[in-house]
Parts: sequence; structure tokens; C-alpha cells
Amino acid sequence: MPLTRRSFVKSAAMLGAATSLPNLACAAPGPLARTIPSSGEIIPPVGLGTWITFNVGDDAVLRDACADVMDAFFKSGGAMIDSSPMYGSSQPVIGHGLRNIGRPDALFSADKVWTSTGSRGRVQIERSRAYWGVDRFDLLQVHNLLAWEEHLETLNAMKGDGRLRYIGITTSEGRRHDLFEEIMRKEPLDFVQFSYNIVDREAEERLLPLAAERGIAVIVNRPFRQGALTRRLEAETLPGWAADIGAVTWAQVILKFILSHPAVTVVIPATTRVEHVQENLAAASEPLPDRKLRERMATYVQDL
Amino acid sequence: MPEWWTYRPEDFLLFAPRVYWRMFELHNEAYWPLQGLFLAGLMGAVVLGFRRSALQSLWIGGLFALAWAFAGWFFLWQRYAGINWAAGYVAPLFGVQATLLLGAGCAGALTFVTKGRIFAASGFLALGGFFYPLLALLYGRPITLAEVFGLMPDPTAVATLGLAIAGSGRWTGVLLPIPVLWLLASAATLHTMGDDQFRVPLVAAIAAVFLFFLRLLFRPRAQERQP
Repeated sequence: MPLTRRSFVKSAAMLGAATSLPNLACAAPGPLARTIPSSGEIIPPVGLGTWITFNVGDDAVLRDACADVMDAFFKSGGAMIDSSPMYGSSQPVIGHGLRNIGRPDALFSADKVWTSTGSRGRVQIERSRAYWGVDRFDLLQVHNLLAWEEHLETLNAMKGDGRLRYIGITTSEGRRHDLFEEIMRKEPLDFVQFSYNIVDREAEERLLPLAAERGIAVIVNRPFRQGALTRRLEAETLPGWAADIGAVTWAQVILKFILSHPAVTVVIPATTRVEHVQENLAAASEPLPDRKLRERMATYVQDL
Repeated sequence: MPEWWTYRPEDFLLFAPRVYWRMFELHNEAYWPLQGLFLAGLMGAVVLGFRRSALQSLWIGGLFALAWAFAGWFFLWQRYAGINWAAGYVAPLFGVQATLLLGAGCAGALTFVTKGRIFAASGFLALGGFFYPLLALLYGRPITLAEVFGLMPDPTAVATLGLAIAGSGRWTGVLLPIPVLWLLASAATLHTMGDDQFRVPLVAAIAAVFLFFLRLLFRPRAQERQP
């Protein structure tokens, strides 16, 4: 049987099941894949965020530039694209990109519901679906816990009817972690999404361990603090240990740090540049830092 | 909004600076050569303003109402709201301001009353009409990104401050709030984007409010109020 990317990823995932890190699908040098705990489905661990970067309005030139980023994303082995009705024109821009590049089979469509009342949720979801031009979403999340009880009821019903594959909740910047944790404990969630990176590590205390314990997949947003972290680090020379984990840029250092946490399933950096999306996807590979190196990395970055 | 104190201005910025500035370039392309017509109209309004007649006031009110309606509908509603949903909620206020300007024009309030007010108003009219388009060059952007009275909100609001300050009676207090609030919002947006141009709308708004209160303190004598 010829070795394709898909078969390699599947093999790597099966190898990963035998490791001590339950969500880490590959331990040998090579591309990573992660499993979604609630289904066992394999998914590439670097996705594509669209906050700010895909909000380009009707600008035809910038819409095509976003389509180029999406094309490079899928060609580099990506799958999950994440958006929200809150992100301005990002949803129709994704739809434009998908039409331009021919709706790749690999697409894992992740969107959100963001209205203050549950009754408007279904209408908004249908509008979002039309913007994307997909038959159904793979994942829908309650954005920032807004009207979460009503929306989770809707999403559970949609999942029950087969109109949705996964459901989740989101927060960002460390907000409302107490309520977030409470919902994780009592609701049957497939995914949770929150902020986590080499300098914002609050999620390591409760949310990440709880996700592992409850078998909930974790999507990490704002890995670069909306670019502020990479801008801060770009003038600094990469330390020697970066080469030990195969990182050639600070962005890759940060992504590898995030992906080395065993509870993390997918990280969704946002970018407007093709070379950056390729660089991000390349970070989804072994070797990853071990626990000792993770602490050294975090200390090093904090001290800069 | 739960935990509102954890939010920073950046959290409300939905777009990148390159997308923001590209809007101006696309808008200038789309409506060329209306820029020249609006600027010629503004020059005419300034000249008419000195004539102090009810008919001239109506013409000036009509021009400024058109400018607010045009900027509100074509820029805010049809373009800016595409990347910033909040602009969709602000656009109706531009319609309100256009209506107020028409009302002020019909009431004969849009003529330049005293020398002091003319001096103050000239600064705003010159800034909004003739210096605002040049800010693009001053801040290192090509002239194709120029902000022009009538087409874009900031210069329209700045020029309107001049009209309100120079105008007569209680209309000043009616015509000032929406331009001032818009300019403060625009300054906040530019500041959050890290653009030094935020100082221009901020200083214009503060100066207009200062002059408004100065005018309240030093009301003109009765004979100066006569048209």
C-alpha cells in the first residue's frame, strides 16, 4: 500500500495510542495528529483562526489573499478552520475561499453561535452555514458562553438530528473560567476552546487537566496573543534549544510549546500570509519539548 | 458584559489596519471624481456663509446634509459595516445629523454670525475640507487613501464642527453632539490601531466642545445676535 499523508497520519495516530500521553498521536519524528476523544476521529493539530485576519469586507484583492492562505493551509495538511458571527466578514470570506479552492475534503468546519437569546441562535447558525457554503458544520461552539444554556440545548438537538457532529463552548483571555469549568463538568461537550500560550498559562491549572479527565478536545485560541507575542520576540535570537525541537522561528517555538501539552488537541493561529501558514503547519511535528524543556522555554520567554 | 474590566480596547477592534486603510482607497476609487465636487461645494458654502441670508443658510444646510447622508450610507452602511458591525448601528445617526442640518438650514441658522466665531469656524472648515485629505501624506500613506469631506466621516464631522460653532442660536448645541461623538470614536479606533493620526479627530472634538462652552460663557450682546 503506498504511503499517503492520510495513511501516515492514521498509522501515527495508532502508534500514539500506546504512548503515555493519551492525546498525543505521534512520538517519533514526523507530522503530528491528534484524536478527538469523544469520537476517536483523527485531526491535524494546527488549524486556522480567522479573528481579524479574515475580516476584509468586500475587498476583492484581500478576499483572494485569504483564499490563497486557505489553499496553502490545506496543501500543508491543515483541516480545522474556526470562525464566528462576531468576526465581521470572516464567514463570507471563508465561503469565498472555499468556493475558489474547491471545498477540500479535509475541511473541518468550526463555527460559533453568538446571540444573546437562544431563539435567534438557529437563524444565526443557518446564516453562518450559508456564508460558509457547507452542508453542515462539523463543530459549533457557544461563543464566550453567551446564552450558553439555551444555545447548548439547540446544539444538542442539532447533533441528535445529525445536523452537527460536535458541540463545544469557548472563552478567551482567561475570562469566566469558573463558569467554564462548571459547564465542562456537567455538560456533554466534545470541544472546549480557550486561550493558552507560553506566557498565559492559567489554563494549565484547571481547564486543561479537566478536559483530559472528561475526555473533551481542546482548541487553543490566541496562541500569539494576536501577534503581540511574536512581534515582541522577533528581535530576539532563537536560543539553542529551539533547534532541539526542530523550531526555526519563534512562532514555531510557541506552537510547539502549546502542542506539547498532552491535553491540547488543536491550536488555531490566525495569519494573513501564506508563508506563515506553512510555517505554522510545519510546527505540527515531532520532536516536541518534554516537561523539563517546557519549563525552561517558559522561563526563558518570560525573562526576555 | 461579564468581567467587563478585563476587556481592553484591542478586544473590540475587529479588523487589521491594512483593511481599514484599504477601505479609503477603494472608496475613493469607487466615487471618483465626487471628491472635487464635494470640495467645490464646501468652498461655495464658506463663501455663502458670509452673506448671512436665509437662502444661503438653506444651501449650506443642504450641502452638509448631503455630505452626512452620503458618508453615512455609502461609507458607513455599505462599506465600513462590512468589517465593523458596530458601524451599522452608527449609520442611522448620520441620517439624524443630516436631518438636523437641513432643519438648521431651513431655520436660517447656518450663517456666520460674528468675527470671533468666523475665526474659530474657519479653522474647522479648513481642516475638514482642505487639510484632512493631506493627512494621508503627513502620516506616510499615499494620497489615494485621502479622507475627503462628504465621502468619509471624519472630515465631514470636522467641517460640521466649524458650521455649528459659526452658526447662530441654539442650533450649535443641537449640531455638535453627533460629530463630536463620532470623532471621539474615530480617535479611539485609530489609537487602538496604533495610528498617530488619532490626535487629529481627538483635538478637533475637544476644541469644539471647549469653544462651545466658551461661547456659553461669553454670550454675544443683543445687537450681535441680529442677522
